[in-house]
Order: sequence, then C-alpha cells, then structure tokens
Amino acid sequence: MPDREPQGSYRAQDLIAKDIGAYLEQHQHKSLLRFITCGSVDDGKSTLIGRLLYDSKMIFEDQLSALVADSKRIGTQGEEIDFALLVDGLAAEREQGITIDVAYRFFSTDKRKFIVADTPGHEQYTRNMVTGASTAELAVILIDSRKGVLTQTRRHSYLVQLIGIRHIVLAVNKMDLIDYDRAKYDAIVADYRKFADSIGIGDFLAIPISGFKGDNITARSANTPWYQGPPLIEYLETVPLDVASEQAKPLRMPVQWVNRPNQDFRGFSGLIASGTVKTGDAVRVLPRGKASKVSRVLTPKSLAGGAAESAVAGQSVTICLADEIDCSRGDVIVAAGDPPQVADQFEATLVWMADEPLLPGRGYWLKLMTQTVTATVQHPKYQINVNTLEHLAAKTLELNAIGVAVVSTDKPIVFEPYAANRQLGGFILIDKTSHATVAAGMLHFSLRRSQNIHWQALEVSRERHAKLKNQRPAVLWFTGLSGAGKSTIANLVEKKLSRMNRHTFLLDGDNVRHGLSKDLGFTDADRIENIRRVGEVAKLMTDAGLIVITAFISPFRAERDMVRDMMAEGEFMEIYIDTPLADAEARDVKGLYKKARAGQLANFTGIDSPYEVPLDPEIRIDTHEMTAEEAAQLIVDALLTRE
Amino acid sequence: MLYSVGKDSAVMLHLARKAFYPSAPPFPLLHVDTTWKFKAMYELRDRMARESGMELLVYHNPEAAARGINPFDHGSLHTDLWKTEGLKQALDKYHFDAAFGGARRDEEKSRAKERIFSFRSASHRWDPKSQRPELWNLYNAKKAAGESIRVFPLSNWTELDIWQYIHLENVPIVPLYFAAPRPTVKRDGLLLMVDDDRFRLRKGEVPETRSVRFRTLGCYPLTGAIESQARTLPEVIQETLLTTTSERQGRAIDHDQAASMEKKKQEGYF
Repeated sequence: MPDREPQGSYRAQDLIAKDIGAYLEQHQHKSLLRFITCGSVDDGKSTLIGRLLYDSKMIFEDQLSALVADSKRIGTQGEEIDFALLVDGLAAEREQGITIDVAYRFFSTDKRKFIVADTPGHEQYTRNMVTGASTAELAVILIDSRKGVLTQTRRHSYLVQLIGIRHIVLAVNKMDLIDYDRAKYDAIVADYRKFADSIGIGDFLAIPISGFKGDNITARSANTPWYQGPPLIEYLETVPLDVASEQAKPLRMPVQWVNRPNQDFRGFSGLIASGTVKTGDAVRVLPRGKASKVSRVLTPKSLAGGAAESAVAGQSVTICLADEIDCSRGDVIVAAGDPPQVADQFEATLVWMADEPLLPGRGYWLKLMTQTVTATVQHPKYQINVNTLEHLAAKTLELNAIGVAVVSTDKPIVFEPYAANRQLGGFILIDKTSHATVAAGMLHFSLRRSQNIHWQALEVSRERHAKLKNQRPAVLWFTGLSGAGKSTIANLVEKKLSRMNRHTFLLDGDNVRHGLSKDLGFTDADRIENIRRVGEVAKLMTDAGLIVITAFISPFRAERDMVRDMMAEGEFMEIYIDTPLADAEARDVKGLYKKARAGQLANFTGIDSPYEVPLDPEIRIDTHEMTAEEAAQLIVDALLTRE
Repeated sequence: MLYSVGKDSAVMLHLARKAFYPSAPPFPLLHVDTTWKFKAMYELRDRMARESGMELLVYHNPEAAARGINPFDHGSLHTDLWKTEGLKQALDKYHFDAAFGGARRDEEKSRAKERIFSFRSASHRWDPKSQRPELWNLYNAKKAAGESIRVFPLSNWTELDIWQYIHLENVPIVPLYFAAPRPTVKRDGLLLMVDDDRFRLRKGEVPETRSVRFRTLGCYPLTGAIESQARTLPEVIQETLLTTTSERQGRAIDHDQAASMEKKKQEGYF
C-alpha cells in the first residue's frame, strides 16, 4: 500500500496536533478554488481526483478499508488501489465503470480549499460538462499520453473556452505508461498549442503527470527531471482567483426578496454579484431606473449585533434605500453612475440540454439572476459542430447541440454580456409544461435597446375605444380538434352577439392561412408562429375595443397560455370544444382525416401530431351533451355575465 | 426547514436567521421526531425555536406510535417508520413545496451527485438519472403540483467548514458533542448512552460512567459514542480532524453495502 505520511504541502496534521487554534485561524483564511476535470472516458479523471483526495487525507480509515476491499472485488488495477472507486458514486455507473453525471468533491491543502467538479467525457454528455464548468474558475484537461490530442480534447477545450474559464491546465496523464518520454510529451503539448491558438485560448499550463503513480501531483517527480514547472497542486494553490476582479467591477445586486419585518423597516435582500456597496452610495433600481441612496447595509454580521455598513461581491446582504421607491424581486440595484443595459432582444449562444428539441417561437421561462420572464428563440443562425468547430445551418437545436440564436423576452431585462460578467449574462431556459431546464444560454449583446424603441403614447386610449362601443373587449379563444365544431359554434356566437349590437370580429384558422400566415406550413414551429401572429392581431383588436372570436385548432398548451399572457387580465376566455377524435373523424367535413389516414397529409393534429387538452379552460363544451345552438347560447351568457 | 437538532441543522438555521434578519425566516421548522432522541436534543430544539421566533412543527408517525415501534424490538423498521415514513407523512400533511435539509456532498458518495435543488416525485422518489442541470447560481424551482423539492444549502460545505463556522459564530449546539462523564454500555461494537430508563439492559450489562462524546446525533439507543476527553470546541475539532474514522460510522444505519444510501434515497430517505 502506498505511503500515507504527509508529503508536499500536506503537513496539516502536524499543526492540528500541535496548535489547533493556529490551524483554525489558517483554515478560516483559506481561499476557495472551484475547478473541473475533463477528459475522455479512459483518461483517468476519477483516478486523478481519487488521488487528490487520498493525498490530502480527505478519506478516512473506514473508507480506505472499503476502498481496498472494493479494489480487489471490482477494481481495474489488479492488486493495487483503484482510486477511481473513491469517486464513482452511483451504483449503476459503478457497475458500468463510467461516470455519468457531475459530481462535486472537496479537499483542502494548507493554502486553499478546493471543490472539484468531476465531469464526464462521454460524447452525449456535453450538458454535464457545461454544468460543471459553469461554476469553475479553472479547468484541468486530461490527455492520455498514449493517445495524444483527441476529438474529445478539442471539444472539452472549446466548451471550457465557451463557458469563459480563463485558467487551463493541460494534464498529460499516464506518463508512467510511456516511460516518461519527453519527446512524446513535447509533441502532444505542441499539438495542443496549435489547436488552442486556433480557438483563442491564450495561455495554458502543461504538466506531465501520472494520477495512478502520483507523479507531479503534490511534488515534482524524479521521473521527469526535464519538467521545470510547478506540480499540479502547487499551481492550483497559487493561481489568481476571480473574486478580486469581481469586486473591482461596478455594483450589481439582484434583489431576491423584500425584507419587511414591520412597518418601520423595508430592505432589499440579495447576493452581491459584483462591486461593493456602502452607506451613502448613489444607486439606481433597474429596469425602471429610479435613483436613490443607500441608507443602510445589513450584512451577515448584523444578527450578532455587528455594525457593518459596507459589503462586497460574494456577500449576501440587505440594503435599505433613502427613498420609498418601487423595488421587488427581479429588480437589480446598481451603481448609479455605471448601470448595466436593459433590453428585450439579444443574440445568445445556447447549449441545448433536453431530449425535446428547441421549438423556435415557443415561449420558455428565461431565468437570469432573479429575473424570470417569458422568452422565445428564433431559428438558430447556426449550430456549432463541437468536434470540427464548423458552423452548420440549423432549424432547431437538439440535446447537446450548441448554437447561436436571437432570443426575445416579453419584457425588458437587466443584463451584461456574458464575456463581461458571468452572472449578468448567463441564463437558463425552462420548459413551461415539463418545468425541465432545457438550455443554458450566454448573452452576447442586445440587438435593439428597448429604451430606443419607445412605445408611442396614443391620445385615444383603449378604454376610450371600448367605451365608444359600449362593451368590454374580450378574446373568445376556441380550441379543439379539426372538425370538432369550432367554426360552426364560433359563427353562431358571433351572429348572436351582432344581433345584440356588440362589435365583434371572427378570426378563422383557414382564412388566416390565406393571408397573414400564407408563408407558414404545419410543422410545430410554424404552428407556434401562426398562433403568435393571431395572438398579436387579437390583441390589437381588443385595443380597438372589439370582442374577438378565434377558431384555431391551437394544439399546444404553451401557445394558448402565451396568448393568454398577452391579454389584459380577465379578457381571455379559453373555450374547449371537446369532441372525441372518433366523432370528429366520422364527421370529417373537409375530408382531411381521410387524407391524413392515407398518408397524404403530414403533421395532422390527432393523427400524427399531438393535441394538448386544456387543463383549466374557462368554458368546456361537450358536443355530446348539447347542440351547437345551445353551446353558442351558453358562451354568450358567460360573456355577458362577465360584463 | 427540516430541523434535526444536529450540528448541521444548527448551522443551517443560523444561516437562515442571518439571511432574513431583521425578519425571522418566513418558514416553519419541522422536526420529524422518533420519541427516542436524546433529552438534551429536545431541550435545545425548544430553545432554538423560541429564540428564532419561528414556528416549530413536531411530527410523530401515528402508526409507529400506535404499534409501539422502538429501536430495541424493531431494528431497521424503527428508522423506516418513524423517520422515512414519518417524513413523507409530514411533508404530505403540510403540503410543503420545498423542504430545506442539511445534507452535505462530502458526507457520502451518492450525495456527491445530488443537486442543491433536488426534485422528488409525488411519491417522494428520487431519480438520480433525471436530475436537472444546475448552472451558475441559477436554480430552477418550477415544479408541478404534488412534486416537491428538497433544498440542500450546505451541499458544498465540508465537515471542517461546519465546525469552523460553529466556532467562529458561536452557534449553539447540543452539549452531547462535548465530552462529559455519561452512563454507557458497550453493545455490538457501539458505545451506547443510557439516556433514560427506557433503555433495556441485557443480561450482565451494567452502565458504566465513561467520558464520551458524540460525532453525530440520532436516536440514543442507535447512536454510538466515542471515548473522548475533548471538552471544548477546539478540542473537539482537533480530535475530529485527527481521527481516521468517517463521520457516519457512528450511525448503525450505514453499516450496509456502499450503495445502500442511494437505495434509501430513491425510496424517500432524506
């Protein structure tokens, strides 16, 4: 069994035994470095991490005995300890012998604490690597010295660069298996340097190591006398941290929560993303931009009665302002003299993380700092082949795809380019139905600044329009299968309303397809765009004071909800015409089901394209229970009660 | 907030109080009780609830109570019913959308891959293969009705960080963490403390006074003490750091094969 005596920088045990007070003092002032290890499946990542834990005494005697037993039972290193077994956590992957997710490990030396993300190298797991890299400041890219720079090496390097990690270690591993051959090592490093230059990685540190044997991990190895650089641990202990540069930037504090214990106190709580804050500082609350001054800063010391009146990036604080201004979760308190941008349309890089591909035009939740808004993504400008770095044309993005696209939000958000500030430029997209995190995004720049497109204030208001017509505007949104009876009932409703002198307009699915949406087909993306257009038109018509009746299949819940969100509160009524598929198909007024069944009509709702039943419609019409005439009367009654 | 009265719970509660100050944290404390905790734990629990100004909910699994489930007669069923089932019942009863827990990734291998926001199905199951990616410090807290989230704010803390924090911030912890003369018996390789007269002595067992302390706290008949002279916090930390036995070894529950914790978690153990 290898020697367990303290070596290199691990002399902590001595200090603990001799002077625990001094040790605690030292630990308290240790900085924290988060880093990731990446490499392809057999490059020995888990072994390297196991080695770091083992050498820094982060494993205990009972874990060690389990490790020795497991090494004999399922290890891949014969009679020797298989360090990878220390790290591979989940039962399923232990059996398969591969790491399948992101795992976080902890160790510390005399100088620093470390959190290492173990990120898998297998092809379909781009998603996990991006996740692990998003919180890391340094990346250790592992290369198997017998194989040299592989496609995976290039991919990992590209991702590390994409996610904005500035410190890169090229760990040429398994040097013991090539007899510590300097020429082979130099060739690998030269090869990598050529590639690194081509993707804009300016600088990296190459180290010849053996995770298994321990060469150049904690101390310089006698096996590589030609290597003059630091051993891995020494470099990890001394690389400069990002935290200082974050503090030097202007103040940005996203508001998480309004702290209001009683009538006399109103503060805004959150984690300072960048900069510093102290009493008296001039600030603005974005996106609205109201100015004020900081009247008080409560820091984590306040509970114990400590009076701190200033704080820096990385601290969670509560800030009180001198003026009673509007400020709530999602707003950002910023340095008055140097505010970030506010915009609602951006170019961004997206990393797609879900099995369901991107649907251009669909509304997703976008979360950036504490701001959550609805966002839509246009067709990608291009997709990036992570192996060749070529730009490819793309209609969508699938799992693990990376692309560049235009992202629009339904209201302006506060942001900075990701390259300038990771926290203000990094966002996630969330599916509104499954609630899954479907993408990670990095903002490049705004395509138009919202403040430059002013909403023209109109002299005749929407209220005035409605009043002239003596009615309350509404959207009666019919949804249901083709042939369910939407158009029939919608027509009857409009006739009844017009007899009552109501001003109405009926937007019919087929009719719109002849003009407004002439350019669209019936793919999911086109259906979404069609509904968005109809929604916008319906909204303008309600502004004009009309009662709008629409008859569209509108098969997707997300788009119906998107239209609902566009309208004023209470003006949207979802009417579900509930006719079973068999009935609609039996009626087949337009002969479409017949064509679809014959395979002459693709993407037909109910046949080879899904219909998502409304979960909570304002009105549900069961066409078995009532005639079209009765249904129309029921809808008119419901509308009028509302008035 | 799941409050087990242990040292990790103490730190988590302290952090919450600091974060929300001057308000009290806007959520209740939930103690899923087994009726078999150490007396000193109940005392600290009630004191901390008073001091923090938070509501304290104490839940007892009525089935376990009715069947008289106890650690002496029922072995692992005791933990299953009082703790695992009790927790599920309590979460269902109060319809919590999210529950904070004090688990750390450094405790145990299967925890290393746990998210900070960890999703549980309506039946409280954890699916390690379909976890949401967590990027930057952006947490996706959207969920469907019936689903719940376990939130682990101490995920990235190590045991040393916990002790360091308790030391620096003077966080109140149960005195059982410090060595003192206590009545104990040795049984099945564990050193157990006779905390009250419900402790059933086996033939030939006579409680002996030993200077002991506890590294973790749970039900007193299941929690092993270690012999120690560490009476102050720095001494405890010193002893902890020099020891070569990992933290959870004192708990009878973990003496299974390596994957047992992952199985327990899939079934709803916190």
